[in-house]
Amino acid sequence: MSGLRLAWIKFSRDRLAFSGFLIILSLILVAVFAGVLAPYPEDTFSIHPAARLQPPSLTHFLGTDSMGRDIFSRLLFGARVTLIISIIAVGTSLLIGVPLGLIAGYSENWLSELIMRIADIFLSIPQIILAILLAQSLGPSIPNVILALSITYWPWFTRIVFAETRSLKQTVFIEATEALGANPLRTTVLHVLPNVSSSIIVRSSIGMGFTILTAAVLGFLGVGAQPPTPEWGVTIAESRQYLPDAWWYATFPGLAIFFVVMGFNMLGDGLRDILDPRIRRGFE
Amino acid sequence: MYRSRGGFFVPKMTRKILSYAFKRLVFAVPTILGLLVLTFFISRVIPADPAALVAGEMATPGQIEALRKQYSFDKPLYVQLGLYLGQLLRCDLGKSLYSGRRVFRDLIDRFPATLELTIVAMLVSILAGVPLGIVAALKRNSLLDHVLRGFTVGGLAIATFWLGIMLQLLFSMWLGVTPLGGRIGVSPPKFITGLYILDAVLTLNGTALLSAIQHITLPAITLAFASFATITRFTRSGVLDVMQRDFILYERAMGLPPRLIVYKYLLRNAMISTVTQIGLLFGLLLAGAIVIEMVFDWPGLGLYAFQSIILSDYQAILGVTLWAGVVYVTVNLMVDIALTFIDPRKAEI
Amino acid sequence: MNQNQKETLLSVSCLTVHFYTDRGVVKALDRAELNVSRGEVVGLIGESGCGKTTLARSVLRVLPPGGRIIDGTVLFTGKDLLKVKENDLNTSVRGKAITLIPQDPFNSFNPVFPVGTQIKDIMKWKGNAQDGKEIREKRILEMLEQVQIPSPRDQLKKYPHQFSGGQRQRFMIAMALLPGPSLVIADEPTTALDVTVEAQILQLMASLVLGRGISVLFITHDLGVASQICERVVVMYAGQDMEDAPADSLFSNPRHPYTRELLESLPNPEGSIKDIPGEVPSLVRPPEGCRFHPRCSQATDHCSRQRPEKAAVAADHWVRCFHPVG
Repeated sequence: MSGLRLAWIKFSRDRLAFSGFLIILSLILVAVFAGVLAPYPEDTFSIHPAARLQPPSLTHFLGTDSMGRDIFSRLLFGARVTLIISIIAVGTSLLIGVPLGLIAGYSENWLSELIMRIADIFLSIPQIILAILLAQSLGPSIPNVILALSITYWPWFTRIVFAETRSLKQTVFIEATEALGANPLRTTVLHVLPNVSSSIIVRSSIGMGFTILTAAVLGFLGVGAQPPTPEWGVTIAESRQYLPDAWWYATFPGLAIFFVVMGFNMLGDGLRDILDPRIRRGFE
Repeated sequence: MYRSRGGFFVPKMTRKILSYAFKRLVFAVPTILGLLVLTFFISRVIPADPAALVAGEMATPGQIEALRKQYSFDKPLYVQLGLYLGQLLRCDLGKSLYSGRRVFRDLIDRFPATLELTIVAMLVSILAGVPLGIVAALKRNSLLDHVLRGFTVGGLAIATFWLGIMLQLLFSMWLGVTPLGGRIGVSPPKFITGLYILDAVLTLNGTALLSAIQHITLPAITLAFASFATITRFTRSGVLDVMQRDFILYERAMGLPPRLIVYKYLLRNAMISTVTQIGLLFGLLLAGAIVIEMVFDWPGLGLYAFQSIILSDYQAILGVTLWAGVVYVTVNLMVDIALTFIDPRKAEI
Repeated sequence: MNQNQKETLLSVSCLTVHFYTDRGVVKALDRAELNVSRGEVVGLIGESGCGKTTLARSVLRVLPPGGRIIDGTVLFTGKDLLKVKENDLNTSVRGKAITLIPQDPFNSFNPVFPVGTQIKDIMKWKGNAQDGKEIREKRILEMLEQVQIPSPRDQLKKYPHQFSGGQRQRFMIAMALLPGPSLVIADEPTTALDVTVEAQILQLMASLVLGRGISVLFITHDLGVASQICERVVVMYAGQDMEDAPADSLFSNPRHPYTRELLESLPNPEGSIKDIPGEVPSLVRPPEGCRFHPRCSQATDHCSRQRPEKAAVAADHWVRCFHPVG
């Protein structure tokens, strides 16, 4: 049985990881097929003032907002926005962070010190605050949110990769291959990556959850996505002045955030349990 | 092994802890310096026109130009950096568009409110999280354990600001048991520390104390939620991890009372991973404070930051960021040093 | 018979222990048997994984999670420890009548407390209930001097990581003797130590135990160490006890095929080590009958079907084998 198939079977048996995976799968499907699934796809840009602030009903599944737009449809499209922001942001920080971690781990001179120091500095401010400052400096928009998120998240990847590279570099194995004439840099990279990939995957999954939350906060504060974008954080911000009467306006977007982040966290946790061979129960 | 220091016998371990603390303090300085440079970079280099940002959206070109000269934005970068650092050393963080006062002044005024909120939230999450984490570990895989694990996984997935809004909806608007917002409903107690609860206790002001507690309840619980989840998880895994160690086996084999083993010997070891998290969690709390203060109208730095964002009061936003960074680094430093008291092996590095 | 002269202190019989793990049920001990008389130093030897430590932990009922005692009796001064209530076991047996010297003194100390705190707690909870604080401290200091720890009062304030392996083991010996036990279980006490330190510790243990009437169950996989300090030796293999004889008898004339092979595997003067053919069996699916039979040169069909009873092959020299050698 191939390794991949074995891993898949193990994966599907782990209820936590698998449920998380299903949630995310549905998120992706929703995001991709929002145009088809949404009962009122035009509500991302058109308004119907006559139908404003209606409670959940058969025609409007989750009610309407202050402009009479169908909240359910806007939530579905909001999934698209959220997913795009998070995937690109996490992907970018991965692309920045992993190579930097490799370089820092491999070299043992001032360069390594410098990179890790810079990472420390970035980590010395709570991420959201830094993201707010960046978004404000760049101007509020979705691309700037993505940029701000990438810039604040890369140090996490760098730290993991650095630790792994460094410890591998110090093993006798690398010295041995070097003695045989292999390029030590290439060997290090080729051997570090498989070892560290599981940590990277776990951290990416958790990072997705974290990024989604941060993006929502930025949208809520008005420094991220702007109205009329159907972003979930923005919608919650809009809803505030209509509370407590239009309770559905604030409740459902938050629930959407909850389920999605929960999905990523469950997946990350489950993956960590599967991929980390050090966690063992029973007689050793 | 004892060395005499001006008449006092100082055990070797204590000396090691003190020197470790000193080393960490020294190392914190370049980090803060780097932080300052980073904020400089973000505020001067990244924006298209720093002067326009500082001047605000309402400024005329003439005002922008005047500001540019006033703040030396037209000078070369390295000169600007020098001036910038000099300003920071004098605690000159510029003027706030919103209040018209010096930003530094604003920060000092509003800090106690946020500090109080953060401290209460931290206490709540520790006092709730640690015992629950221990129980979950001791009764591993029981119903309670599973419920707690589900709860904590969920707790980390809830958007703090949304939770605040929901709780406000339920308890303040629908049930009417908590106030809608604000920090206190009567006159504040006499100023000693700026922390209303502490000041009310110190001045024996019962009405103020009651009102302050009523007002802080919902915001603190909301803020505490995510860190409570984290603390519970880390305590649980910390206890589980320690339970398997050889020294616990030895203590069991030698028949020490189980209560003693758990609450004295096991706990301190398990706490190491939890305390390590506290520094990081503080950052989470600081960040969460922004939205919580906004939702509950809490007059602290978070609300100040939010208002500054709305008004594009750039100097103020910058000031808050710097402040948050310095506080965060300081707290982590203190946590680091506190850890050596729990685990003296740390000081050996 | 054998132990008429001395009173039997500990009598383990028919002890069967299983571990329930992800990989299946590990049958760690199979009807194991062991006796220790008052004042006797009994060695328990065997390869790693043969069940020595499991036996010791079963006596004290401190098995790791997943471990279960399926059957057997552990008679200690007449009481079956496996049937004693947990609370009574904890207060009067563990750390009091039976104490432990663990294998790894570094990891057996709690790293975040000074050494003194841990010793004082042992003394407080396991020593004489009537003794006051000063008396307890006095006795601790006396004992520390006996185990040759210099300036003990200062050392008590230090942390475990500040000591060497040998010093830590001395503390462990002190803690094992302070409660005034009748039986000390020493679980490979010198394995984690340097060879030079090992000799000192062994000598120390011998001097403190002999003449006080304290019994010792000395677990080790090092035959040389066993021959130095033990009066009697029990050989274990794959969860079964194989041979039980006085030390000189066992080492000069081993009667069980396994013991013989084990002794021959010692590095001889020419520097070669003779390996026993085959591998230690998995205890999830252990061999039937005598568990050594797959590797035994003397094995017959009978050995694979029935486990031999304990039989005397000489005065006081017992083997479980259908075909003892020598």
